[in-house]
Amino acid sequence: MKAFSRMTFGEAAFQVIAVVTVTLLCISTLYPFIHVLSVSLSSPAEAIRPGIHLYPKAFTMAAYEQAVKLQGIWVGFGNTIYRTLVGTFLSVFVMSLGAYALSKKHLPHRSFITMAVIVTMFFSGGLIPTFLLIKEIGLYDTRWALIIPGLFNTFYMLIMRNFFMSIPSELEESVKIDGANDLRILFQLVLPLSKPILATISLWIAVYHWNEWFNGLIYIQDQSKIVLQIYLRRLIVENSDADVQLLMQQAAGDSIPIVPETIKAAVLMIGTIPLLLVFPFIQKHFVKGIMLGSLKG
Amino acid sequence: MNSKMNALSNASARHLRSGERRESRWTKYKKSKYLFLMLIPLFVYYAIFEYGPLYGIQIAFKDYMIRDGIWNSPWVGVKHFDYMFNASPDFYKILKNTVIISFYHIIFGFPAPILLALIFNELRVELFKRVSQIISYLPHFLSWVVLGGLLITILSPTTGAVNAVLGWLGIEPIYFLGDPNYFRFTLILSSIWKEIGWGTIIYLAAMTGIDPHLYEAAKMDGAGRWKQTTHITLPSIMSVIAILFIFKTGQILNAGFDQIFNLYNPAVYSVADILDTYVYRVGLMQLQYSFTTAVGLFKNVIAFSLVLFTNYMVKKLGQEGIL
Repeated sequence: MKAFSRMTFGEAAFQVIAVVTVTLLCISTLYPFIHVLSVSLSSPAEAIRPGIHLYPKAFTMAAYEQAVKLQGIWVGFGNTIYRTLVGTFLSVFVMSLGAYALSKKHLPHRSFITMAVIVTMFFSGGLIPTFLLIKEIGLYDTRWALIIPGLFNTFYMLIMRNFFMSIPSELEESVKIDGANDLRILFQLVLPLSKPILATISLWIAVYHWNEWFNGLIYIQDQSKIVLQIYLRRLIVENSDADVQLLMQQAAGDSIPIVPETIKAAVLMIGTIPLLLVFPFIQKHFVKGIMLGSLKG
Repeated sequence: MNSKMNALSNASARHLRSGERRESRWTKYKKSKYLFLMLIPLFVYYAIFEYGPLYGIQIAFKDYMIRDGIWNSPWVGVKHFDYMFNASPDFYKILKNTVIISFYHIIFGFPAPILLALIFNELRVELFKRVSQIISYLPHFLSWVVLGGLLITILSPTTGAVNAVLGWLGIEPIYFLGDPNYFRFTLILSSIWKEIGWGTIIYLAAMTGIDPHLYEAAKMDGAGRWKQTTHITLPSIMSVIAILFIFKTGQILNAGFDQIFNLYNPAVYSVADILDTYVYRVGLMQLQYSFTTAVGLFKNVIAFSLVLFTNYMVKKLGQEGIL
């Protein structure tokens, strides 16, 4: 009896420690977002005051009203949405073609092609040779440079292939007898049966495109083609956007209550909110994907 | 072993029928014509964008001139490697930084999600568990550009919240992102912060596979939560931990370009500059294409060997490798 009560005490203590640790972790995860959101909605005097910001003080939307005047945000949004939509569609399209072909056991040289594809996961030509290649073939400073270099993701394609292989071949045989060729089988039978995996992989690729910034940095010069992440980087990390300076001067003239801190916070929020909004709905697809990936690999 | 035997017997069977081989191969190709059609984008992509850059590696052994292009630039042998290993004032510094930062990532970053997974596993209130898990995944979904922006705000020595709290405790403001003494610490901690929640998924999945009877039996024997954790949970996920650890060590030359690039600045180059950031800055910015291709080649050759080695190790442990 004594042992029993000591055990439950131990368990209770364990629970308390676990709950406290996890709560602290959640606070530390959420706090930076709450901080920046609060700053973006506070008056300049409150915004630059050092300390914890849990809610907007001297609430004002002025920073947002001014931030939306920054051309770069909208150019960035436009290009990011473009590459996300076009890039995701094209990637899923060509990857499902490839994955289907590689899923067929009777494909000649199947294991050789599969191996040639897989080994690319483990080496690369390096930054400079890749950069020179993109220049050489004329993709430099075009929106295609944001889409084509990442068109195939070997890992995702293998997951797709494994999924296609798990579809019972009797189903395909029955359509084949009716004279359907591989293209029709893929589009009319296999892809409709693979909607869950296609949804998951589309989301992975879409989030990749939304967040991708390095190709946007090295391949894009033309200011009308910059992506959102690059604009955010320039504004917040590099601290070097001429438009913001201009905005500050105008605001000072019109005595609009903004400071660089509130503008930056507002831009950061504008750039992050779309993902924060979809995050609760897409995270479970990502978790599912981890499980799929860990089945093999 | 079995499949190898099968392949052998298949091969000999095919050999016996070698007379009809040519024709059957042709019909095989014909039967697969739509499949080959589907593979066209794949062939083009992998040939150009995955294997194509290998062609440019030759400039590591040349003096690349923009007007001459890759092919016509003059050969210089191992000049750039010689410079890299024997004369460059930076190379050993950045190699050291890369390995040290990776090493810290392994020592501190690797166990963090395991610990958190064990803690999640203890939580008994389902709703609390689920909500906190989802919150912990959040930073994984954001780019280092956005997270860099958040960290710069929070860690600012003048207006940042962290320094304000430290101030209440009587600690002088710390320039986390600008002081070489604190930069690596900030890197490791922020990287744990970003990935700790996400990293738990694979361990939690492994934990769901543990037979509940084991816990029942342990309870019968009077084992408390701690004993159950160390004697059942941890041993059960040990193989997953081992595999992930081996793959992690294979990545030792990747110290996290995205993170460092968005957090570092000239004040901390001495402790933060790694192979990848160096190749970007000196290569693309200062146009030393040939030299930095050599640095990149050095990195990729080591990295590839490490992958082969770690893959071998995983297979030796009786697990399925990646190659």
